[in-house]
Amino acid sequence: MMATYETVIGLEIHVELNTRSKIFCSCATAFGEAPNVNTCPVCLGLPGVMPVLNQEVVNLAVKAGNALGCEINLINKMDRKNYFYPDLPKAYQISQFDLPVCTGGFVDVLAEGKKTRVNLTRIHIEEDAGKLIHLEDEAYTLVDYNRGGVPLIEIVTEPDIRSAAEAVAFLKKLRAILVYSGISDCRMEQGSMRADVNISLREVGFQGLNTKVEIKNMNSMKEVFKAVKKEESRQLQLYTYGEGHKVVQETRRWDQAKGRTLSMRSKEDAHDYRYFPEPDLPPVKIDGEWVESIRATLPELPDEKKQRMMTTYGLKEAEVDILIEEKEIAEFFEATVVESGEARESANWIITEVLRVMKHEARIPLSPRQLADLVLEVRKGTISRTAAKEVFEVLLTREDETAAIIEEMGLKQISSADALEGIIQGVLEENPQAVADYRAGRTQSFGFLMGRCMKASKGKGNPGIVKQVLEDKLGS
Amino acid sequence: MDIAKMTIKAIHTGLENKDFKAEEVTRAYLARIKAFDQGIGAFLSLDEAGAIAMSRGIDEKIQGGEAPGLLTGVPLAVKDNLCTRGLKTTCASRMLEDFVPPYDATVVGRLRERGAVILGKANMDEFAMGSSNENSAFYPVKNPWDMTRVSGGSSGGPAAAVAAGFAPYALGSDTGGSIRMPASFCGLVGVKPTYGAVSRYGLIAFGSSLDQVGPFARTVEDAAIALEGIEGFDPKDATSVEGRVRGGYTASMLSGVKGIRIGVPREFFAQGVDPEVKKTVLRAVKRLEALGAEVEEFSLPITESGLSAYYMISSAEASSNLGRYDGVRFGYRTRDYDGFEEMVVKSRTEAFGQEVKRRIMLGTYVLSSGYYDAYYKKAMLFRQKVRRLFKEAFEVYDAVVSPTVPVLPFKLGEKTQDPLAMYLADLFTVNVNIAGIPAISLPAGFSEGGLPVGIQFMGDHFEETKLFRIAYALEQDLGLNLVPELKEVK
Repeated sequence: MMATYETVIGLEIHVELNTRSKIFCSCATAFGEAPNVNTCPVCLGLPGVMPVLNQEVVNLAVKAGNALGCEINLINKMDRKNYFYPDLPKAYQISQFDLPVCTGGFVDVLAEGKKTRVNLTRIHIEEDAGKLIHLEDEAYTLVDYNRGGVPLIEIVTEPDIRSAAEAVAFLKKLRAILVYSGISDCRMEQGSMRADVNISLREVGFQGLNTKVEIKNMNSMKEVFKAVKKEESRQLQLYTYGEGHKVVQETRRWDQAKGRTLSMRSKEDAHDYRYFPEPDLPPVKIDGEWVESIRATLPELPDEKKQRMMTTYGLKEAEVDILIEEKEIAEFFEATVVESGEARESANWIITEVLRVMKHEARIPLSPRQLADLVLEVRKGTISRTAAKEVFEVLLTREDETAAIIEEMGLKQISSADALEGIIQGVLEENPQAVADYRAGRTQSFGFLMGRCMKASKGKGNPGIVKQVLEDKLGS
Repeated sequence: MDIAKMTIKAIHTGLENKDFKAEEVTRAYLARIKAFDQGIGAFLSLDEAGAIAMSRGIDEKIQGGEAPGLLTGVPLAVKDNLCTRGLKTTCASRMLEDFVPPYDATVVGRLRERGAVILGKANMDEFAMGSSNENSAFYPVKNPWDMTRVSGGSSGGPAAAVAAGFAPYALGSDTGGSIRMPASFCGLVGVKPTYGAVSRYGLIAFGSSLDQVGPFARTVEDAAIALEGIEGFDPKDATSVEGRVRGGYTASMLSGVKGIRIGVPREFFAQGVDPEVKKTVLRAVKRLEALGAEVEEFSLPITESGLSAYYMISSAEASSNLGRYDGVRFGYRTRDYDGFEEMVVKSRTEAFGQEVKRRIMLGTYVLSSGYYDAYYKKAMLFRQKVRRLFKEAFEVYDAVVSPTVPVLPFKLGEKTQDPLAMYLADLFTVNVNIAGIPAISLPAGFSEGGLPVGIQFMGDHFEETKLFRIAYALEQDLGLNLVPELKEVK
């Protein structure tokens, strides 16, 4: 009988911390500046300079540890990781080796209907490297050191993840927690969150770990999903045909354009990083009470928010999951509810309309007030649902009050029975046959008459009222 | 004004009393350097224009009624591994032959603020690796007391500059004896302060956990004044120590040695120590006893293992510290290369000297996986032991005494083919750096052939005060004449 295999995944996630200045000097961390603007002798590694640890980096790392249920190591230390590369000015990266700032911790994820606890191995502090810019048709490479010395935490998971979907669910949840806590903006497209994926396969029931492959520097959730799927099937094929030995420990690169992984270097070419304690920095000593004070600054985290929103607003788990994935959306939702008092309708509008628009836009395109008013106008019957969608489209481009736009567009519904009376009477007089059919018991002609009435009101008739008046008249 | 014999104190008094001008002092030193340094090689570069401009500015201030501080208008030589803004800082290496730092080392900045006049940058062993100053990529430094002999290293340039009367004091750095050893060979006072007492910011790193900046001077008092000028917490150096009350050495050193307990570690006077060195040092110890110090022999078995541990730790750190010299951003870059790796390999191969390469290889080896535990980790464990043994000793003694160097200044070329024999010169100095404690070396007398012999006092962390006290008492008692005769070399 053929064996069945399961996928075993562990992740290493690099996250840039939300600090104003770099980890060992006072240069700015701002993204998108002209090359090498945010540099100084310290982050350029000039001879004689020394690093001084930015206390805010420790604060944020401890905060991350608190948010992820880690144990905070009250004494931890920095180490040097030595290797030559043009983006690494000192030829060593200051990182943490055997005494990281946090150990343990976990993230609970829900993927494909299955709940899993992904345990964390550790979180450590380190500095980012610069960026190489390879020019086409040029024999040289340029280096931009703006990113060099930007503070990072590296979060390492246990091999607890079993599928591409779970890996993505984990990353989304982790991202939400870190963004909620103000630890990082986690913009994968800007490189402020990057994932290395370690993946291996094993026969179901086998408890050990087989040879793993590392896919480096993934910078979007979509690509993580695709890369895992692809690597999974590559390895499965090898195992299935009895060629499991051909899965070798190596680092592979994800070729996004071609949709496949390519070997970068094998274990034999792996660096010997010659880690040793950083002599320029004393050990990092953390006060236990201070850890508690940092814990107290944590905002409501996604799991707590989810529970509260389900209870308070009576929304379904799946809906809340969508609303809380982005902190700003959750905040927008709650602000809209405060203005409108309508949780269900507000949630519907955000899930179907606002998020649709945001697939192509980074910012929330209207204010909570505007959306709340729209919800209220629909409920009051001032405008129809169909008209409301037209109003919504206009609200995306303007800051005016919702009522003013409805007025301007002339979309106000006619909800007064008196005002509709004449229009409906006219329709009945013009369509005697349909009236006769209805009265003869062929009630399907009601729909036809309803349509005529709406058309005669130029779409502004409140359908509920129109229906009521029409029924009254036909019945009489 | 006999410039060759001037001390910081004498220059200060002269400026205060307006006996002479700062510019005259600076010009006198520059003239002497030009007359004699060709034969010695103490300087790698001079900053004549800067020094004259600085001293003129000082004169204007003094003229305007400003009272000069102790270091104001006083010239000095700075070892070429201390960054000086706008002045080449080469580490005596081809690698940094054209490197001009855009910033001052903290110690340099502090001295400039105090009105110090930097004459130039002093020669050294390449990247401070060496014990004879023969590893300079440019030229060796000769001992002003005997030009056929070495100055000692790695701060041979600053030492020779002060000994030859090119400057009243100088700044050096000491990783395993690099101040004390040349101070001993050149008949000077040299201080290696407590690790963390003086900022390392701007000192081009060799062994970061061992390096300290310190002064060379002709007198104990001058050394104390110079140390007071550079020490203290620096927010740019995370290993510098905050909150220690410092200074006051020149006042407290006058209190004598009565009741001071001095330990004499047997192992530091054992075989391998030149008999003349041993005799001279023990004679000085006897003098201290006569002055009221309590002297006692004890055992401190750290010398040989300490030397091994030192070479492993310092080389490990150096292998990492020197990684940045890859030809990418600054320093030497090879002419022809194909790709990044070849550029790095060729640049480093061409621009580093033999000794630097030897240490990088040693350091890389002891840190590499599979060897780390057997070498680096073991050395770090021994380091803890050295600290503990010193702590225990300082529970009993105020200071521990030893010869600074086991041998007399040796001939140029004598040990260059035998690195191990060269390393043995550091036998008595390295443990001080391993433990991070302070030590002072001062002249104890001369050999029969007229070569200076240094005596070293080691103290507990931040106990420089006691060391200055002992050194001052001994210096006053010995009353040595410490000015060598120089022959002009054209």
